[in-house]
Amino acid sequence: MLCCIQIFPFIGYRGPALSKSERLLIKGGRVVNDDQSLYADVYIEDGLIKQVGENLVVPGGVKVVEAKGQMVIPGGIDVNTCLMKPYLGTQPVDDFLQGTKAALAGGTTMIIDHVTPQPGDSLLEAFEHWQEAADRKACCDYSLHVDIPQWHGGVKEELELLVQEKGINSFQVYMAYKDVFQMTDTQLYEAFSFLKELGAVVLVHAENGDLIAQEQRKILSMGITGPEGHPLSRPEELEAEAVFRAITLGNRVNCPVYITKVMSKSAADTVTQARRKGSVVFGEPITASLATDGSHYWSKNWAKAAAYVTSPPLSPDPTTPDHLHTLLACGDLQLVGSAHCAYSVSQKAIGKDDFTLIPEGTNGIEERMGFVWDKAVAMGKMDENQFVAVTSTNAAKIFNLYPRKGRIAVGSDADIVIWDPDRIKTITAKLQQSALEYNIFEGLECRGGPSLVLSQGRVVYEEGKLQVQQGAGRFIPRKPFPDYAYQRIKFRNQVQHGVSRGMYDGPVYDVPSTPKYITPAPSAKTSPTSHQPPPIRNLHQSNFSLSGAQIDDNVPRRSGHRIVAPPGGRSNITSLG
Amino acid sequence: MSDSRSSQDEDSASLLSRLGSDSPRPRMKYGGMFCSVEGAFENKTLNFESFSPKVPRAAARTRTRDTPVSSNQPAGQTVVFPSAHARENYGKREGDRLIIKGGKIVNDDQSFYADIYIEDGTIKQIGENLIVPSGVKTVDAYGHLVIPGGVDANTSVHAAQRGLQPADDFYTATLAALAGGTTTIIDHVLPEPGTSLLAAYEQWRDAADQKACCDYSLHVDVTRWHDGLYEELESLVKDKGVNSFLLFMAYKDKFQSSDSQLYEAFGVLRDLGAVALVHAENGDIIDEEQKKLLTLGITGPEGHVLSHPEEVETEAVYRAITIAKQANCPLYVTKVMSKPAADVIAKARKKGMVVYGEPITASLGTDGSHYWSKNWATAAAFVMSPPLNPDPSTPQYLTSLLACGDLQVTSSAQASFSTAQRAVGKDDFTLIPEGSNGIEERMSVVWDRAVSTGKMDENEFVAVTSTNAAKLFNIYPRKGRIAVGSDADIVVWNPKETRVISAKTHNLTVEVNIFEGLECRGVASVVISAGRVVLEDGKLNVTEGSGRFVARKAFPDTVYKRIRARSKMAEARGVPRGNYDGPVHDVISMTKSVPPTPTTRGPACPKAQTGPRNLHQSGFTLAGTQIDDHIPRRSAQRIVAPPGGRSNITSLS
Repeated sequence: MLCCIQIFPFIGYRGPALSKSERLLIKGGRVVNDDQSLYADVYIEDGLIKQVGENLVVPGGVKVVEAKGQMVIPGGIDVNTCLMKPYLGTQPVDDFLQGTKAALAGGTTMIIDHVTPQPGDSLLEAFEHWQEAADRKACCDYSLHVDIPQWHGGVKEELELLVQEKGINSFQVYMAYKDVFQMTDTQLYEAFSFLKELGAVVLVHAENGDLIAQEQRKILSMGITGPEGHPLSRPEELEAEAVFRAITLGNRVNCPVYITKVMSKSAADTVTQARRKGSVVFGEPITASLATDGSHYWSKNWAKAAAYVTSPPLSPDPTTPDHLHTLLACGDLQLVGSAHCAYSVSQKAIGKDDFTLIPEGTNGIEERMGFVWDKAVAMGKMDENQFVAVTSTNAAKIFNLYPRKGRIAVGSDADIVIWDPDRIKTITAKLQQSALEYNIFEGLECRGGPSLVLSQGRVVYEEGKLQVQQGAGRFIPRKPFPDYAYQRIKFRNQVQHGVSRGMYDGPVYDVPSTPKYITPAPSAKTSPTSHQPPPIRNLHQSNFSLSGAQIDDNVPRRSGHRIVAPPGGRSNITSLG
Repeated sequence: MSDSRSSQDEDSASLLSRLGSDSPRPRMKYGGMFCSVEGAFENKTLNFESFSPKVPRAAARTRTRDTPVSSNQPAGQTVVFPSAHARENYGKREGDRLIIKGGKIVNDDQSFYADIYIEDGTIKQIGENLIVPSGVKTVDAYGHLVIPGGVDANTSVHAAQRGLQPADDFYTATLAALAGGTTTIIDHVLPEPGTSLLAAYEQWRDAADQKACCDYSLHVDVTRWHDGLYEELESLVKDKGVNSFLLFMAYKDKFQSSDSQLYEAFGVLRDLGAVALVHAENGDIIDEEQKKLLTLGITGPEGHVLSHPEEVETEAVYRAITIAKQANCPLYVTKVMSKPAADVIAKARKKGMVVYGEPITASLGTDGSHYWSKNWATAAAFVMSPPLNPDPSTPQYLTSLLACGDLQVTSSAQASFSTAQRAVGKDDFTLIPEGSNGIEERMSVVWDRAVSTGKMDENEFVAVTSTNAAKLFNIYPRKGRIAVGSDADIVVWNPKETRVISAKTHNLTVEVNIFEGLECRGVASVVISAGRVVLEDGKLNVTEGSGRFVARKAFPDTVYKRIRARSKMAEARGVPRGNYDGPVHDVISMTKSVPPTPTTRGPACPKAQTGPRNLHQSGFTLAGTQIDDHIPRRSAQRIVAPPGGRSNITSLS
C-alpha cells in the first residue's frame, strides 16, 4: 500500500542524531485539531512539524506517507498511568517499556505517569527514581505527576523544587486510603493553598476514606471476602461526597481542582453542577469507566472479578458509560485518562482471601482512544474535533503542554496519528501489547483505531506493527501556572477587606475565670489515633496541648483573652440605636 | 377507690338519663377523629358531664376556687373521676378548668370550629355545645385561631460558651417562649468534651426544673465520640427519656467529630432508636479560613461570615447525609441557614433519604448583611454558626421550601449573649460567643413570612411550628395536636394583629434584638400552658419551675418506620465461589521494601503529621491490639505457593 514506509532510515541510529535525518511528509489527510478540520499536508523535520498546508515545498527525497483521506490527529495524551506503582513490593507487569508500547499501539504518543512515593519517602528521590526508569525504558514522550503521600511542613520545600526546577506542575492528593495516604480536610486545605501559590494543578483521588474503612470492616465481618466486597465497600455516594468536598475546598482556597478517575454518574454530576456554578474543576473519566461497568465484580470467576478492582470502583450501574460519554461530549468532563495499572492475576491473588488486599488497577492505555471513538464519535455524540479535545488537546492545555503537544501546528512536536475511523477490532488479551494475561475489555468490539502513529517524527506503529526504540521517550517538563487552569484563578484572587470601625470601647464581659472551661482537647479530626481516647486521658491531654509551639501561635489571638475593663470615657460606637 | 366505685353505682341513673337528649354523642364526630385512644372520651368526660346539670356545678366552683379537692366534696362528685385524674388533682396543677370558645381549631391536617374544654392540664372535650361545669373560666377565641402550642426544637439556654452563661436562662427564655406562643422547648445539653453525658444531663434537669416555666425536653450533644459512650447513651435513651443527640462537624479541636466517628455514632444511634442531629459545617475549612482572615487583619464580626461561607455548610450537609445514608440512620440537620444547604436536603429527600432540615427564626426573619454594620455591637449580635447568609433572598427561599415540605421544622436556636459578653471577641471575631435570640419571635416570623404572604396555609403553619417537631421527637400526640387527651398547650392566635419587634418590649434580658423593627402580622393573644392561662391581655402570668420534663421514647414512628424496613433490605451478600487456587504472587520476600505500615489499607496506624512527631507515632502503631484484629486478614499475607493440581477457576476466558 504505502510503498515508501518500507524504508526506515533511522533504524540502527540512536540518540538525538537519528531525529536529524527524519523528514516526512503526510499527504492527503484531513488535519483535525480541537477547533477545526482542514485538508492539508504536514511536513515534519527533526521531530517537529515544519509546515502545514497544501502544495508544500519540500526537499527532494523526503519520505511520503499517504493518508488517503484519513484523519490526521494530534497523538493522544494519556494523563493518568501508573506504570511503576509498587504494591507490597511488587511492580505492575507493564513497566515503562510495555506500557508505552501499548500506548503507541493505541494512538497515544505521550503519557503522564504518577510518581507514587510511599509515606515517609522523599518526593524528590522518588521523582528521580521514576525519571531514571522512564528514561531507560519509555518509548514515547512522558511527563510525571507526583503523588503526595502525606502532608507535612517538610514536603513544601520538595514541592517547590519540583515545580521550579524539575518541571512538575501537577500533584495528586488522596482523600481515600485511610491511615496511609489519606489527608484530612485541614491538610487538604493547606496543600491546596500551597500548591496554588506554586501554580500547580491539584489532582484529587476523591473517595471518603473514613467511610470506606468502616464499610470494609463491616463487609469483612459479614464474611464477604471476594472482589464484590470492593464495590460494596465503596458505594458511589462516597465518591460523589468526596468530589463535592474537594470542590468545596478548591473553591475556598480558590485553586483549580482536577478529579482523577470519575467513575460514577453521581460524581460526574457533581462536577457538572460545580462547573455550572463557576468552580474551576476538571473531571477525568477513564477507559474502564467509559467502556465497561461494575457488574463483573460479581463474576463467579475470582480472577475475572479481581481484574476489575480499581478505586473508585466501576459503578454497577450499566448506564454509567453512556452518561459519562454524554458529559464528555458536552464539555462537562474534559479529558480521558486510562488509569492503566496492570497487575497480573497472581499479583491480584494476594487478596484472594481479603478483597482489601487486591492490588488496584485496570488496563486501558491501549484501548483508550478506540473506545472514545467507538462509544462517542461513532454513536454521534461527539464530533472529531471534540474527540481530539478530550483525548489530547484538553490534557495538553490543563497540564501546560500546549501547543507543543495536543495540536497539529507549525512548531509543535511531530506526535501525530493517522486515524482510521472504520477499522474494527475485537479486544482480546492475546493480541494486546500489554504483558497482562487478561484484558478487562475482552471480547468488546471497537470501531476506530490508528493506522499509523508518529512519535517525535518517527513512524512507530503502522498497520499493526510496532517499531519502537526502548528509551526513545523524553521527559517533557511542564511549567507552572497553566493558563487554562489559572487565568480565572488569578482574577478571583482578590483580597477581602474588613469593615473599618472605631474601636469598641463599651463594657466587656470579664472572662478571667474561664480557662477551666476551655477544653484542652487536641484536634478531633487530625488526631493521630483513629479513635478518640476515653475520658480518662484528658489529664494527659491538658499537659500535652500546652507544650511546644501551637499551631495557631502565629495568630494574634491571645490579646482577645485580656480583660478590658470599660474605660469609661467616650463610648460613641457602642450605642445600639 | 372503694368510695368511688360505690358512688358511681349510685349515680348511674342520672348518667343514663342524660343519654339521648343533650348527651355528648354528637360530639363524637370530632371525638372520633381526634381521640387518640378509642373510648377515652367516655372514660374521661362522659361520667363527669352527666353529673353536671344538678349539684355538681356549685361544687365544682367551690373546689376550684376555695378548697383542696379531697376534703370538701360530696362523695357523689369525686367518685366520677378515674383514679388517675384524682391523683393528678393533688399535684401542682390542680383545679384548672378552662373552656375555649368560638375559635377555629387548627391542626396540621384540618381546621374546624369547635370549643375546647380543658381540665387538669389536658384536653378533655372538643366539640360544639360542650356541657361543662359552671364557673369554668372561659377564654373567648371568636375570630381567632386555636392552635397547638409551638414546639421549639432547638434552644441552648443553659449552654456556656467559653465559660459565659447565656444572658437568658431557663426562666427568662421560657418566659419569652410562652409570650411568643411556644409552649414546649427542647434544649441542648452541652457537656464539656470528655465529661459524662449523664452528669451534664442531670445538671440541665436541675436547672430546668427550678426555672423553666413551660414544658421542656432535652437533646444531648455528643461533644466527643468514643466507644465508651455507648452505655451512657443507652441509659439516656432507655431511662432518661432522651431520644436525640447532636454531633458536631464544626468547632475543630473542640467538639468536632471525624467522618469515622460520625459513622460509628450514627450506627449506635440507629440501634438505640435515636435521632441524630448534626451541626453541619466543615470545621477544618473554617479553622483555616479563620486563621487566614485574622492574618489579613480582619478581626470584626464580618470575619465570622467570611470564614463560614455557605459552601462550607453545604459541603458538611452533603457529607452528613452521605454518612447517614451509609449508616442507615435518620438525620436531622439543625440550623439550615443557606439556600444551597437547603437544596442539598431537598435533593436528598427526593432520593429517598431520611433527612430533616430545620431553618431557624433568624434565617427566616433576617439576613447576614448586618455583619457589615458599622456598629460593632449590632454586627456582633448576629454572630451565630452557621452564620446568616448575606444573600437577602435567603429567607424567602427557605420559607418556600418550608411550605412545600422540603424543610420540616422551625426552631429558634435561641442562645442570647449580652453585648458585654460578646465584646470578649472585640479584637478577634472567633471569640465572640455565638447565638441569637428568636425564641419569642419564631411563630410570628413564620406566620408573617409564610402564611400572610400566602405561601403556606394555617395547617402547614401548625405543622412546621409544632406538629412536625412533636412527631420527629416522639412527643406526638401529647404535644403538637389539639385532641382529646393531649396536653392542654394551646395558643389562641390572632392573625390580624401586628406587632413590632423591639428589644425594648421583648421578654428576654438581652439588650439587642436581631429583628429590631421588624413588623410581624400574627400574634399569640392567649397562651395556655399545661392547662393554665399564662398569657392573656398582654400580661404574662407564669410560675418559675412549673415546667415539666417531657420524656421521649426511642424509635419515633415518623422517623424509624422507613429505617427499619431498609435495614432489612440492606443485607449485602457475597458471591459463592470456589477457592482461588491459582498462582499467588509472593509477598514475604518483599517485606523489606514494604513501608512500615503492614498493609496499604486496613490497620489503624496513625497518620504522620509534622516531621518531629513521626518518631513517636511509629512506636505507637504496633503497640496493643489493632483495630482490625478481629478480621481474618493476616492469612492473606501468607505465601501460598501455587499447589499445582486443579486450577479450574482461575482461567481467564
